[in-house]
Amino acid sequence: MDNNYAAPADLGRIQGVALGVGLLGLIAWVIGVVVSGNARNVFFQTYLVAYVFWIGIALGCLGWLMVQYLGGAGWGVVIRRILESGSHTLILMAVLFVPIVVGLGNIYEWTHKDSITDERVRELLEHKSAWLNPAFFSGRAVIYFAIWLGLMLILRRRSHKLDETGDPNLIQSAQDWSGPGFLIYGLTCTFAAVDWVMSLDAEWFSTIFGLLMIAGQGVLSMAFIISITVILSRREPMSHVYQPKHFHDLGKLLPALVMVWAYFSFSQLLIIWSGNLPEEIPWFIERFKGVWRYLGLAIILLHFALPFLLLLSRDLKRNARRLVLVAWLVIIMRFVDLIWIIVPEFEHGHQKHLSEYLIYIAATIGMGGIWLGWFFWQLRSKSLLPYRDPQMAEALAAGGHH
Amino acid sequence: MKAHSKNMTKQEESGIYGLMAEFDDPSAVVAAARRTYEAGYRRINAYSPYPIEELSAAIGYHKDLVSMTVFAFGILGALGGFALQYWTSAIDYPLNVGGRPLLSLPSFIPIIFECTVLLASFGAFIGMLAMNRLPQPYHPVFNLPSFSRASHDRFFLCVKADDPNYSEVETRAFLQGLGAKEVSDVES
Repeated sequence: MDNNYAAPADLGRIQGVALGVGLLGLIAWVIGVVVSGNARNVFFQTYLVAYVFWIGIALGCLGWLMVQYLGGAGWGVVIRRILESGSHTLILMAVLFVPIVVGLGNIYEWTHKDSITDERVRELLEHKSAWLNPAFFSGRAVIYFAIWLGLMLILRRRSHKLDETGDPNLIQSAQDWSGPGFLIYGLTCTFAAVDWVMSLDAEWFSTIFGLLMIAGQGVLSMAFIISITVILSRREPMSHVYQPKHFHDLGKLLPALVMVWAYFSFSQLLIIWSGNLPEEIPWFIERFKGVWRYLGLAIILLHFALPFLLLLSRDLKRNARRLVLVAWLVIIMRFVDLIWIIVPEFEHGHQKHLSEYLIYIAATIGMGGIWLGWFFWQLRSKSLLPYRDPQMAEALAAGGHH
Repeated sequence: MKAHSKNMTKQEESGIYGLMAEFDDPSAVVAAARRTYEAGYRRINAYSPYPIEELSAAIGYHKDLVSMTVFAFGILGALGGFALQYWTSAIDYPLNVGGRPLLSLPSFIPIIFECTVLLASFGAFIGMLAMNRLPQPYHPVFNLPSFSRASHDRFFLCVKADDPNYSEVETRAFLQGLGAKEVSDVES
């Protein structure tokens, strides 16, 4: 097959728009942080939310990249370059992790356990300090990134070599790496979720939390991938490539992941609610109060019920224009869910003024400009399809459905 | 059968259910089905040992309502699962479990989910049977001895005698022109 799948020049314009909107977000973020009167805390806390959101897409793309090699399905071939570009942003995310290390004291309660007045909590944090201390925390992050970047580079090199040589053994090699790679991915993502998010409340624990975050980044990245395929499908050359059957495939993965996420989420609630133990239930009690209660209901309805019901329809899944609206809803609700998980930990029962939550939005948009700039730079630098993949003909075949 | 009584008479009069064309290659039967549909035949059906999605599209079959029965039964299951638990644990035999309210939705949800799945699969099973008009102890296509290979290694295309365009001679010639290995009458 020939390579006539160069990225459209138009993508540069979209990249510019992303960077421009991101810049506005950064400005709003800085203003919000300064105006808040508690600049250091607000900056690092909003930074963490934005960081967890964007690394979710990057890690999700890495996970899907391995899954599509393992599955060997046609839908993987047509989105592989998007997955490679998305996972390449892990380099950016590794650099952007530095501010979190700098701001540990402003984010995590366990960094200043000596100043905690509650004797019981102090004792508990003392007990956990072998694991939760700044040096080991940072060291673990280095290990996670080394593994993720290693996996990303290994798969990427094979894919790019395939473009040059057309050697089908490279696909086999990528598949061989993906099996054990996905296992290690699951473990490292679990540890990272416990370190970066669950340890915000170091007294609390939930054994399903890692899987919950993995399902969350899986559904977030799939919604992102669908959005990008829809953008590409409106332009040459991909307008000749993407067909209803491709959107149908991606549209089936989206509700599958929505259900997995809902299943994990509900399991966590059911087990903790049934047990009703003093070391577990406060996490939910905190989130059943005030604005968090309504946000929680919105998450059930708009993150699960509505997308699930809409995505039951075969016609909707095959219609790119409608599918992308559901994908956007899911992306927004992933952000809302992260806010619901993370932000109550910064309030300690004193709900903030609603306008302060806008800073989280500004931070996420601001970091998003940089992230998307990197993503589109990667996407434009290569052919939009791995055109020498042995499955290309099958993936592009018209009509039938596998 | 759903056919009009007038057509039934036509079928009954001739004693012929339709013409069955036999193919030994899946792409041949798809191509033949497509051309038969294009030629204006609508009372047609195709048989294959395994599902071929193009074949359904080729005979003009696009949508079935099984998904709707699954959905309706699923809703019924969810409501039933809720009603069952609400009645047993809040009305008929109220039980205080750890001071929780009698209507405790989180604990109801696993059973609601199970009932939804159970009834939805019943919906799929019943809907599939009903829309295929099964069980059907007698069907004329089995009068053709070679038809037993439809579940083995042969592909069949049938034009029924009640099709308005059906004509004993012309339809047979048409089907033979499509590359069928054999075209046979099916007695009704």
